[in-house]
Amino acid sequence: MNIAVAVDEGRHEARPSASEAGPATKRIVVGYGFWVFLLSDIVMFSAFFAAYAVLAHATAGGPSGVQLFSQPSVAIETGCLLASSYTCGLMSLAIGSRRFGVTYLAALVTFLLGAAFLALEVREFMGMIAVGAGPQRSAFLSAFFTLVGCHGLHVAAGLVWLAVMMAQVAIKGINATVERRLLCFSLFWHALDIVWVWLFTVVYLMGVLS
Amino acid sequence: MNLLGKLDWSAIPLDQPIIMGATGGMVLVIAVVLGWITLKGYVPYLWHEWITSVDHKRIGIMYIILALIMLLRGFADALMMRGQQAVAAGGAQGYLPPEHFDQIFSAHGTIMIFFMAMPFVIGMMNFAVPLQLGVRDMAFPTLNSVALGLTASGILLTNVSLGVGEFAKTGWVAYPPLSELQYSPGVGVDYYLWALQISGVGTLMTGINFVATILKTRAPGMSLMRMPVFCWTSLAANLLIVAAFPVLTATFAMLLLDRYLGFHFFTTDAGGNPMMYINLFWVWGHPEVYILVLPAFGIFSEVVSTFSGKPLFGYRSMVAATMAICVLSFFVWLHHFFTMGASANVNGFFGVMTMIIAVPTGVKVFNWLFTMYGGRIRFTVPILWSIGFMVTFVIGGMTGVLMAVPPADFQLHNSLFLIAHFHNVIIGGTVFGLMAGYNYWFPKAFGFKLDERWGRVSFWCWLIGFYVAFMPLYALGLMGMTRRMQHYDVASWQPWLVVAAVGVAIILVGIVAQVIQLVVSIRNREQLKVTADPWNGRTLEWATASPPPAWNFAALPQVADLDALWNRKQRERTQQTQAPKDRKFDPIEMPKNSATGFITAFFAVVTGFAMIWHIWWMAGLGAIGIFLTMLAFAFRDEEEVEIPAEQIARFEQAHQAEITA
Repeated sequence: MNIAVAVDEGRHEARPSASEAGPATKRIVVGYGFWVFLLSDIVMFSAFFAAYAVLAHATAGGPSGVQLFSQPSVAIETGCLLASSYTCGLMSLAIGSRRFGVTYLAALVTFLLGAAFLALEVREFMGMIAVGAGPQRSAFLSAFFTLVGCHGLHVAAGLVWLAVMMAQVAIKGINATVERRLLCFSLFWHALDIVWVWLFTVVYLMGVLS
Repeated sequence: MNLLGKLDWSAIPLDQPIIMGATGGMVLVIAVVLGWITLKGYVPYLWHEWITSVDHKRIGIMYIILALIMLLRGFADALMMRGQQAVAAGGAQGYLPPEHFDQIFSAHGTIMIFFMAMPFVIGMMNFAVPLQLGVRDMAFPTLNSVALGLTASGILLTNVSLGVGEFAKTGWVAYPPLSELQYSPGVGVDYYLWALQISGVGTLMTGINFVATILKTRAPGMSLMRMPVFCWTSLAANLLIVAAFPVLTATFAMLLLDRYLGFHFFTTDAGGNPMMYINLFWVWGHPEVYILVLPAFGIFSEVVSTFSGKPLFGYRSMVAATMAICVLSFFVWLHHFFTMGASANVNGFFGVMTMIIAVPTGVKVFNWLFTMYGGRIRFTVPILWSIGFMVTFVIGGMTGVLMAVPPADFQLHNSLFLIAHFHNVIIGGTVFGLMAGYNYWFPKAFGFKLDERWGRVSFWCWLIGFYVAFMPLYALGLMGMTRRMQHYDVASWQPWLVVAAVGVAIILVGIVAQVIQLVVSIRNREQLKVTADPWNGRTLEWATASPPPAWNFAALPQVADLDALWNRKQRERTQQTQAPKDRKFDPIEMPKNSATGFITAFFAVVTGFAMIWHIWWMAGLGAIGIFLTMLAFAFRDEEEVEIPAEQIARFEQAHQAEITA
């Protein structure tokens, strides 16, 4: 929504075409650079996805996804993460209109939902390891723990980032730099949702189908 | 539990005279240099002007210094290998034991690709791209400094492995299962993995930085199709970095998990799949080839056009060819292992795709030739390298197309024919291009030209030495000699290997000539002094002083067409326009210096070293250090410093006086 505002600023007719307009504003450069980073991150995930796809049936006589995955738990995880994206969107709106109370509240709910997601994921991992289905058991489980764990690490990093950003809002207020960083954070948080949707499909749904 | 993990005194190979001599020499040189800097009181200067600098030009120069030092290190490895193979025939075992020889060829490949060619290319782009775009800095200046720091960390770890522990004995590609813990229980592979993980993160940062810089910060009026070709090829190379390096990071992460936590990605048991590593590695590895060579193509384009006094022939087709190579480079990775046993159709597809890449490359070669055709060519050192490249690279390209035929590749795979081929394209393409760029942009960076005579000596020794060293390797490959042999029994190979060793000695003369060239040029810098535009250039980097001020341009140039500076010079000549005497200058905001890059690099080295030796507490401390450094950076209050208008005016007046003098 903020990008639309930026485009509408200024006079259209007096300006040369976008590619000849000279250096873009810092906000656009930062947002753009972060998009490029997200793309590279998604490339990294796709390497882990590819590895998972190759090793999905290499269970080496050990348990497969059908035996291990718990649908209700994954459904709750998905709900938490998607809901946290919604509250993250609310936070962006609150920042745009400089409402500090709503910003903190939305950030807190986002944080709690993310933490709940992580807690459920850790519980799932512990449960699997407890029944002897740890990552050392088979190539399939190695790939599973790495792919899902990599996403989990991203969520954990996002939580730390969110906490730091709220500290910045408290100390520095919402200046241009803090606002740019919060923009990047929300891009990051939504990107994690997209990765989770693929992950949910490829790992949990297809894993139970076969 | 041991507080220092696997580290103890046995890690230092005191019984190996060659290794201890090399290590001692390196430590001595570093100590002497550091001592000299401290005694002369240069430390504050170095700290404020270079190490904490976020100026893209300074960062570029530091990258290139790193690369040149690593060129010497990697070349020393090459000398030792050629020396060993020249003598170790039949009953003779040579002077290098197998486990040492294995480390040398692994270190040679790793260093030359990751720590010579990559920093050299990135340094060139850092120095020239923002200047050519007509802007004042990169999109993310501090990130740029962090990236340099991480590259230097990887280099440091690799060199530490010489004296503390060992380096990988697996070749520079570290294929499993050989690189798995079961077959490589030492720390060599861990040095390799952590050094490359750390520097790889730095390279990824560079890639993001350049894509954002080139696509979002160009001088007013510079549309994409008005960018110099070097900017285009840099854009393509950095898009490849963004798309390919994460795959390498993921692949190495998997191998690390196998080695450290007993995972089964690439093991031979529990369902692991070693071939997957090879696929993933080359999904990164083939684009990497173009990451290295595309910027070199850009340098040749600038050099050929400048010294022919003509606009580049077929600018649009050059751009199209660059982007075509950029995309196609992701569809050819399997040609590195046709012998894997994929079906004939799969091999056929990748063989055909590989041959197709030769088409846009051929377009480029013809464009350079047509640019020179009818031009008034000035035979300076950069154009000599460019002509040497055109001949050499075409030969290397043709042997590549030959190996793209799968049945032929079954014969040539992993033979010295392959070694000759990729040295033919990497030396003939990338290294020649970097040498051309080094001679071309040196006056811009330092304000004086490099000595022409020693430059020519260096070029001819490199060129002749290259052919003498590598043409015998083609023959040896056809005779059946495989790569990485510490010793061989076929007596008929030896004469060829002796010739190859002579070739390397000729290249050594070329490198020595380059060192002399640098020394002589520094000594004669007053005679070799230049102003803004020593080569009668065409692009914007020649529109500002040599060396350029920190802010590059007092006012951002207005660009109306391709070859912006050349056309401006033409207009000024016909219209007799003079710059007004009392120009008004505005103060300029420049990014503030930051120690973030240096401190991050320090903690990265600590973390990497601790992980290699399983010193978990130290790895944790290092990681916390990196986090705190980032936090401190995020909470800093001032991001920019203002350069007052008077300072800019003073500089511009001095510069104008220098030009008219």
